[in-house]
Amino acid sequence: MAQILAASPTCQMRVTKPSSIASSKLWSSVMVKQKKQSRSTSFRVMALQSDNSTINRVESLLNLDTKPFTDRIIAEYIWIGGSGIDLRSKSRTLEKPVEDPSELPKWNYDGSSTGQAPGEDSEVILYPQAIFRDPFRGGNNILVICDTYTPAGEPIPTNKRAKAAEIFSNKKVNDEVPWFGIEQEYTLLQPNVNWPLGWPVGAYPGPQGPYYCGVGAEKSWGRDISDAHYKACLYAGINISGTNGEVMPGQWEFQVGPSVGIEAGDHVWCARYLLERITEQAGVVLTLDPKPIDGDWNGAGCHTNYSTKSMREEGGFEVIKKAILNLSLRHMEHISAYGEGNERRLTGKHETASIDQFSWGVANRGCSIRVGRDTEKKGKGYLEDRRPASNMDPYIVTSLLAETTLLWEPTLEAEALAAQKLSLNV
Amino acid sequence: MSALADLINLDLSDSTEQIIAEYIWIGGSGLDMRSKARTLPGPVKDPSELPKWNYDGSSTGQAPGDDSEVIIYPQAIFKDPFRRGNNILVMCDAYTPAGEPIPTNKRHAAAKIFSDPSVVAEETWYGIEQEYTLLQKDIKWPVGWPVGGFPGPQGPYYCGVGADKAFGRDIVDSHYKACLYAGINVSGTNGEVMPGQWEFQVGPTVGIAAADQVWVARYILERITELAGVVLSLDPKPIPGDWNGAGAHTNYSTKSMREDGGFEVIKKAIEKLGLRHKEHISAYGEGNERRLTGKHETADINTFLWGVANRGASIRVGRDTEKAGKGYFEDRRPASNMDPYTVTSMIAESTILWKP
Repeated sequence: MAQILAASPTCQMRVTKPSSIASSKLWSSVMVKQKKQSRSTSFRVMALQSDNSTINRVESLLNLDTKPFTDRIIAEYIWIGGSGIDLRSKSRTLEKPVEDPSELPKWNYDGSSTGQAPGEDSEVILYPQAIFRDPFRGGNNILVICDTYTPAGEPIPTNKRAKAAEIFSNKKVNDEVPWFGIEQEYTLLQPNVNWPLGWPVGAYPGPQGPYYCGVGAEKSWGRDISDAHYKACLYAGINISGTNGEVMPGQWEFQVGPSVGIEAGDHVWCARYLLERITEQAGVVLTLDPKPIDGDWNGAGCHTNYSTKSMREEGGFEVIKKAILNLSLRHMEHISAYGEGNERRLTGKHETASIDQFSWGVANRGCSIRVGRDTEKKGKGYLEDRRPASNMDPYIVTSLLAETTLLWEPTLEAEALAAQKLSLNV
Repeated sequence: MSALADLINLDLSDSTEQIIAEYIWIGGSGLDMRSKARTLPGPVKDPSELPKWNYDGSSTGQAPGDDSEVIIYPQAIFKDPFRRGNNILVMCDAYTPAGEPIPTNKRHAAAKIFSDPSVVAEETWYGIEQEYTLLQKDIKWPVGWPVGGFPGPQGPYYCGVGADKAFGRDIVDSHYKACLYAGINVSGTNGEVMPGQWEFQVGPTVGIAAADQVWVARYILERITELAGVVLSLDPKPIPGDWNGAGAHTNYSTKSMREDGGFEVIKKAIEKLGLRHKEHISAYGEGNERRLTGKHETADINTFLWGVANRGASIRVGRDTEKAGKGYFEDRRPASNMDPYTVTSMIAESTILWKP
């Protein structure tokens, strides 16, 4: 039996007998069952343990395959709430399976309960934009990423997707086929104390060093969540390309990409939703704060790898350098859109560049923009913007990168000055 | 332990034609559900094929000890999501041996209203939003709340996700599938504004079937919370103070309201409801005065107010209904512990049969 393990005994989540449950918090008692099943396609969900039933029949209902007796499916509509980073969702029954978002009805929700509308005019409209398979319900059930509009059809202020979609449908941008690879870092916290998973309560673990990609009970905390999330995303149809344990213990990363245009944002948001559903089941708190622990502990970022058609072709390295030049001239605009609280993270230490300085370099993790050695060697490839924080909005970051490098032009003088400053012969 | 699981999940269809029917009825408080099971010789399709039965009414506060038999009449069949196979759940209502509905039987009077030709002609549709709260067993404090304390204030929990925001999703999700399996017209679920509180919606369903389905959905929910070791509460204001109550908003439309010009029919219907506000309120659930305060997305219990997209009103009309000129309206007054037979039939009565 696999377990969601934390080093500290208070978070030990192994449950063997009903009597031991009484002392542990109801919602943190979890078992991941790995029984073999004849239905090999079903994704087993974690169900809570109860102390008065010998068999967990709730789990069999959660995993019920409804296909044999009804065509109806359940669609979980997902949207971003009033803070710009909180995810919300609710579900509805549809008469039959759907392939495309255009087949899905618009819906609405109570915006006054999410800080997005006043009580006397509370309806906010949901427009379905992307479909993913639901790894929790299985079958033909789906997750639907939506964005939010007023009844009159205007995007509400927290809807960043609408503007991004406009930028990505601009012909110039579309022709350049922008690719994004987004490295989402996140920290897992013990519930109630808001202290990282695996850390001793009221104290600190040994300094950073052994934890990055580490293995072992004293170095890796929360792998079950990372692994469950990986498979859930693959099942859902999210373009997840990898995972790794991070430098700070209890911190992890997954990467989504390469995705084209607006898809990058949709996939990252859906991946975040899956992650928070999984941590919810595991009884662990997810945080996307960019600097969860002050001091000599790494922050959490969302490095965004980016390339255009021209960058990927012969001579692409020159295009990359021109792009970096443009980015250097819009540093403050980007920084202000790259996530709240980023100034606590971008200090110039812990593999970051200082927040008010723009720098770039090959293989240099202390820069704002890093270009990989193979890109330099081949003369074409991609660049990595290391500035975005873990709580950034991928719709904003991806579209801003496209806008600054493809649609925006600096004045000739500004360009020349910057080229000199950065020693970029463009 | 696994031997017991094997027995509970035994598929009998290979060994016998017999099925198990769980007869369900409403007990003496008008809100408590009761059930017991019997074996039947073979599968059934229609309630008319099922025998009447009886139970000990003196044990449910519905009959005196010296004349204790209460007769239950099968009214609706659903597939049993716990026993599966051909086994069924049977929703019943309760009568004296002489054939009179007993006082807690609200279905009988509702069925009369729903068989009135004017009501039948109007094809009354109902969508009922059942809110409910999950409580930790033994201490009766909401699930996920720290014992002896309170969670952070409302804001992050409505449709929320995450271990610090959503408490009890496994119950909601297993209930959703169980109801779909059973044949209940469950149209959706969502996490509610108060943490530990959830909602599911049943509908659109026509006439008396709406209430049958809500009752059986409540039964399935309580069977699931029983399995999960958690207590179900349909109290309309489980926690006093700055915490939302629990309601059972009832969405309603008739054929005339759904056709062109329906918006005028809706306005007339709402006017009639306004004239019968006190009668409706007295039938909309015990303890509703603790919930309908004018705060927390309710209208004050003594005020009748209606508005478009206004969640602080007694009756809310959606923006698309206003725009399309036809549709439905939402009666936000019923409490979570309302009896759907009473509420659905009363709305039909007031809007179709009653003349001011």
